[in-house]
Amino acid sequence: MGRTLAEKVWDEHVVRHGGAGEPDLLYIDLHLLHEVTSPQAFEGLRLEGRAVRRRDLTIATEDHNTPTLDIDKPIADPTSRTQIETLRRNCAEFGVRLHPLGDAEQGIVHVVGPQLGLTQPGTTVVCGDSHTSTHGAFGALAMGIGTSEVEHVLATQTLPLSRPRTMAVTVEGELPEGATAKDVILAVIARIGTGGGQGYVLEYRGSAIRALSMEARMTICNMSIEAGARAGMIAPDETTFAYLQGRDHAPTGADWDAAVAHWRTLATDDDAQFDAEVVVDAAELQPFVTWGTNPGQGLPLSGAVPDPDALGDEGQAAAARRALEYMDLVPGTPLRDIAVDAVFIGSCTNGRIEDLRAAAEVVRGQRKADGVRVLVVPGSARVRLQAEAEGLDRVFTDFGAEWRFAGCSMCLGMNPDQLAPGERAASTSNRNFEGRQGKGGRTHLVSPLVAAATAVRGTLSAPVDLEAPQPLVPA
Amino acid sequence: MDPVTRHTGVGVPLRRNDVDTDQIIPAVYLKRVSRTGFEDGLFSAWRQDPSFVLNQPAYSSGSVLVAGPDFGTGSSREHAVWALKDYGFRAVLSSRFADIFRGNAGKQGLVAGQLAQEDVELIWKQLEARPGTEVTVDLQERVVLCAELVAPLHVDDYTRWRLLEGLDDVGLTLRDVDAIDAFEQQRPAWKPRTLLER
Repeated sequence: MGRTLAEKVWDEHVVRHGGAGEPDLLYIDLHLLHEVTSPQAFEGLRLEGRAVRRRDLTIATEDHNTPTLDIDKPIADPTSRTQIETLRRNCAEFGVRLHPLGDAEQGIVHVVGPQLGLTQPGTTVVCGDSHTSTHGAFGALAMGIGTSEVEHVLATQTLPLSRPRTMAVTVEGELPEGATAKDVILAVIARIGTGGGQGYVLEYRGSAIRALSMEARMTICNMSIEAGARAGMIAPDETTFAYLQGRDHAPTGADWDAAVAHWRTLATDDDAQFDAEVVVDAAELQPFVTWGTNPGQGLPLSGAVPDPDALGDEGQAAAARRALEYMDLVPGTPLRDIAVDAVFIGSCTNGRIEDLRAAAEVVRGQRKADGVRVLVVPGSARVRLQAEAEGLDRVFTDFGAEWRFAGCSMCLGMNPDQLAPGERAASTSNRNFEGRQGKGGRTHLVSPLVAAATAVRGTLSAPVDLEAPQPLVPA
Repeated sequence: MDPVTRHTGVGVPLRRNDVDTDQIIPAVYLKRVSRTGFEDGLFSAWRQDPSFVLNQPAYSSGSVLVAGPDFGTGSSREHAVWALKDYGFRAVLSSRFADIFRGNAGKQGLVAGQLAQEDVELIWKQLEARPGTEVTVDLQERVVLCAELVAPLHVDDYTRWRLLEGLDDVGLTLRDVDAIDAFEQQRPAWKPRTLLER
């Protein structure tokens, strides 16, 4: 019987097969580090007198804690500063390559890996961050791990892991104008729920997925974890190879040919069986927004705040009641009537150059709505430089937005970029959990297009809402 | 890691679905570089509400958390497990756990035990009717005991074995160092490297 993409990549990395009920020992090709989930792992190595087994498969950057203003000055928050300094000391002591704040390759770890060409098809990628699923867009098996596992990979370059089940998420057809990768994944999560993918690796497939750029594919794989799946993957194809070729760490010459020949063998075989399948009709997708406090609580922007009592399942109804109370929303309110205080464009979900270009096109020549704070945070220093070379920074600042340095920023509010209690944001990030963007803050997850249109109008909007109304009678 | 076989302690009913790790411990508490002292961050936003379950004296010294489905979703932060342990919890029971949280718990000696949702409901009723009721989580016998209830406990065999033996993962893996060496010998040359020299 044929095998799926996930099974092929898994099989290629088994160092030792576990017995019945035991995990396999899996080799890790690439380990990404950042300041938040690594200090206790390095300390563990130190206590045991262990070294980093493969420094040449390990790379670190600073992203979660870093400020997005005044990056040339010392970090004001002493605990953030200590954590950053700890990473720098650890990387120096253990010989790990680090791109610190201010470096041209610094940025959100999941933007940096692909940008350098380190994320490649058929590799295993881990990082102490749940959005490591992003790298699955290249046909890599990529997953978030905890700090104990970070220590384990540093020491052994392997992880004991139980073979996951596989789920096909098939998106056929053509996305309508205005519907993007973000809308695809928000719709998928709303469909299968935040636990629907637990125990599975998702494989996104179908004509709508194949038509997407690498950056759009990364947006989709990034949020696999929001459906409960530790990893999401997309078969590598010509789009993948074209993105990789010529990048710093992509193979060259005969190595490139050998690599591509191998990568072409990774796609799921025609006769392979998935353990589960979800089918989505691309033509039915529209701009999507979340109304609640988990990423599965979302609806098309054309909808209204739901009535918890109509949700059926009592657990879900109770969760929805709690969510609406936290979000200060009333059932029946059209989503387009919801006014926001802030708009955040950035994150490992939507902080790449195509996201910034899409948002800039919507706001070009406009002024932001009064009283709305608009934060644009590139996903990496390189994305920022590219955007500036294209003049996008001017488009955003002329619009009235703040143009910041790269980092995770308001996605999780570990640095000073936070919502105040009660403030409401339209955010291109990945989690609308209570307090995620700042204590008491309220988050609506949206695509870059919806974020930009919302910044123009001040209420949840799509670009179509910005078009001048057509006269009923031709002039 | 200390072996875990059987634990008895006050049960805490947490009637919520989708308890994500941002709720278990918000990001602002993740800036520390130590591995202990995270108890003040545990459920920190919810603990500001006087009616929150851990603010009720009968439950505040609890050590077995009984939660709704999809516990531990979201961020991979192991700090969520550290915070639960530092507060005094030895086991979390739910009908469904997020994969990363369950893995992290197993590595830190916190039992993430799966129960049928109807058993969770029965335990909730008992704990709410008689606050302070103790719950026994018996890893050896794979059962949870609460008043008259004897509920099957689901923990995968490998995690159970490691918890019962108190085994450290890195030490276990290093027994296979020859297999790792051999695997590395046959990795293709074109695989990515972060450094030019090794």
